[in-house]
Amino acid sequence: MSHPAPTPPPAPAMVADGLTIGYPAGRKSPPRPVAGPLQLALWPGELVCLLGPNGAGKSTLLRTLAGVQAPLGGHLALGGRPLASFSAEARARQLSIVLTERIEAAHLTVLELVRLGRLPHTGWLGGLAARDHAQVQAALAATGTAPWAHRPVGELSDGERQKVLLARALAQDTPVILLDEPTAHLDLPNRVALLRLLHHLACSLGKAILLSTHELDLALQAADRVWLLPTTGPLLAGPPEDLVLSGAFAAAFQREGLAFDPATGTFELHAPTGPAVQLLGDGAAAFWTRRALLRAGFVPTSGPGAWRVTAPAGPASGVWLSQRPGQPAQAHATIGALLLGLGTATSQPA
Amino acid sequence: MLTPTAPGAADPPPAPPRPRLAQGLLLLLVLVVLAFVLDVALGPVRIPVLTVARHLLGHGPPADAATAFIVHQIRLPKALTALAVGSGLAVSGLQMQTLFRNPLAGPSALGLTAGAGLGVAVVMLTSGGVASALAVRQVGLAGSWALVLAATAGAALVLALVLALAARVRDNVVLLIVGLMVASVTGALVSLWQYFSAPEQIQAYLLWTFGALGGVGGAQLAVLATVVGAGLALALASAKPLNALLLGENYARSLGLRVRRSRSLIILSTSLLAGSITAFCGPIGFVGIAVPHLTRALLGTADHRVLLPGACLLGAALVLACDCLAQLPGSQLTLPINVVTSLLGAPVVLWVVLRRPLRAAP
Repeated sequence: MSHPAPTPPPAPAMVADGLTIGYPAGRKSPPRPVAGPLQLALWPGELVCLLGPNGAGKSTLLRTLAGVQAPLGGHLALGGRPLASFSAEARARQLSIVLTERIEAAHLTVLELVRLGRLPHTGWLGGLAARDHAQVQAALAATGTAPWAHRPVGELSDGERQKVLLARALAQDTPVILLDEPTAHLDLPNRVALLRLLHHLACSLGKAILLSTHELDLALQAADRVWLLPTTGPLLAGPPEDLVLSGAFAAAFQREGLAFDPATGTFELHAPTGPAVQLLGDGAAAFWTRRALLRAGFVPTSGPGAWRVTAPAGPASGVWLSQRPGQPAQAHATIGALLLGLGTATSQPA
Repeated sequence: MLTPTAPGAADPPPAPPRPRLAQGLLLLLVLVVLAFVLDVALGPVRIPVLTVARHLLGHGPPADAATAFIVHQIRLPKALTALAVGSGLAVSGLQMQTLFRNPLAGPSALGLTAGAGLGVAVVMLTSGGVASALAVRQVGLAGSWALVLAATAGAALVLALVLALAARVRDNVVLLIVGLMVASVTGALVSLWQYFSAPEQIQAYLLWTFGALGGVGGAQLAVLATVVGAGLALALASAKPLNALLLGENYARSLGLRVRRSRSLIILSTSLLAGSITAFCGPIGFVGIAVPHLTRALLGTADHRVLLPGACLLGAALVLACDCLAQLPGSQLTLPINVVTSLLGAPVVLWVVLRRPLRAAP
């Protein structure tokens, strides 16, 4: 665990060249490619989020990279060597995974689970040497799971269990860690904490970490790079900001009635069709006023509209002003009151 | 799952658990020795415990010839058989529970003993029409090996079948139903065989199904001990794969385990153990399913490097104790061993089922 953060990274930890993923031919069915050909590179010290709509092949790609599923075609290298040339044990010393499946072993403690990460480094009986124990302790410390070492895994909360599974992968001490939807089933604070931890581990330990996730907003913040796997077309890789500005994000998640807003990095939940409202002011109050207006069906603009709404500058003691052109302004103490005022006004004959 | 504790709020004392494990194993070893001595001492002819202990420690045989005969020809072989049966069935159950990741897996629940019984029946039918399972105890050395081979093959066949089905349906209940079906198919075949047999042969078969530790002597005991020893050695060598399999096949593979090979070894070991024991002693229930749970609860670990020897010792101690109880101390009666193991084992299984819900279907 004493890798210095390499700058610049000497060589990619994993490279895929013309990789086609999917399911091989069955007795009755032809081979079913899911995606490809893909050009990929995963570098040491970076956190990469694999994003894409359901059914694009994220899980298949992760399984292929982990060596669990054979690729349909193309070249896949781990640490400069073809992945297929690794023995199972040698691969286990280069690559560790965190899966979504539940662990259901009775009486298995956190410490025992994390120790299992050392199996590829042990002899035929699986006995741990002093070096292995040190790695286990380091993994527990790095993930903050040391206090739970003697608790049964079955009694952990979802957030705690993800950290413990990550500790197990860290104990395996591999340059590459792959995680399949580690943020699923976690509440928001736990999701943020886990991604922050992963980012920190990638930076401080020089690990190459790839995770698939549906948390677009978090991925945009935490990922050093994003692999964007659309349902059709090539995989796009790059810093999340570039992908947002180039419109790649919007294209990948294109759905009927759904639009990705590059200005906020979120999906528009509402498709407003109502009258335009000029929104003045900035800061938190203006941000949330805009959201409320969108939900109520108005189209907030910066130019003139059917209404002019002024959001307060201060968050605490503000007053919202609403005004139709040529009429006196009305004051509202809350956004709720503002919406009520706008609602009654719009129902009047103009 | 429901305990979102703040970090550091409910930390258990980080006591090193290893000494507790060593103590637990030592305690079990003492239990086995005590039960062994008691088992030799108890019976229709009571032999003083001290005499037995002196004899076992090598301080000369009992003074009178009758006692010496009883100890050598009856009690010691029976106690040794109990030792093999207990350790073998417990370890085979432990391996199956880990392999299937199913707390209710066990040699009898999944139809392994039924498969072994079918193997025995096939041998008896084809070897000159000695259509009596009691004749198991009269076969010579070559016959013993044939029996073990057939019973092991029968058990392995059933296990492979159940495993193939388990890969398709990941559900506790379905797995148990499959075991039941396999057991009833083999049961039907055996019934057919019985239908064309003489009444005394049917009675002999019924006696075999009660299970018996006695009567396995000489050549058979040597074969049983050899096969069970080989099965246990294979199981101990599988401790690391079994530990990896605790996390499921995908994690095990990612930890560098060659899953197919390890699984074959575990099936071989389990089938050797359950098959040979069933061939000689009949289907002995509940030891295989109950002892692994008791061992885990007692030692508080999931590490097979501890659990395997632990289950070995606890299984041996339990079957020896059951055999002591079967002697009905104070009477001339002897109960079938299966009656005692079932009476003791069924509550344990109930406790396992009630303590935590079976894995919810995903």
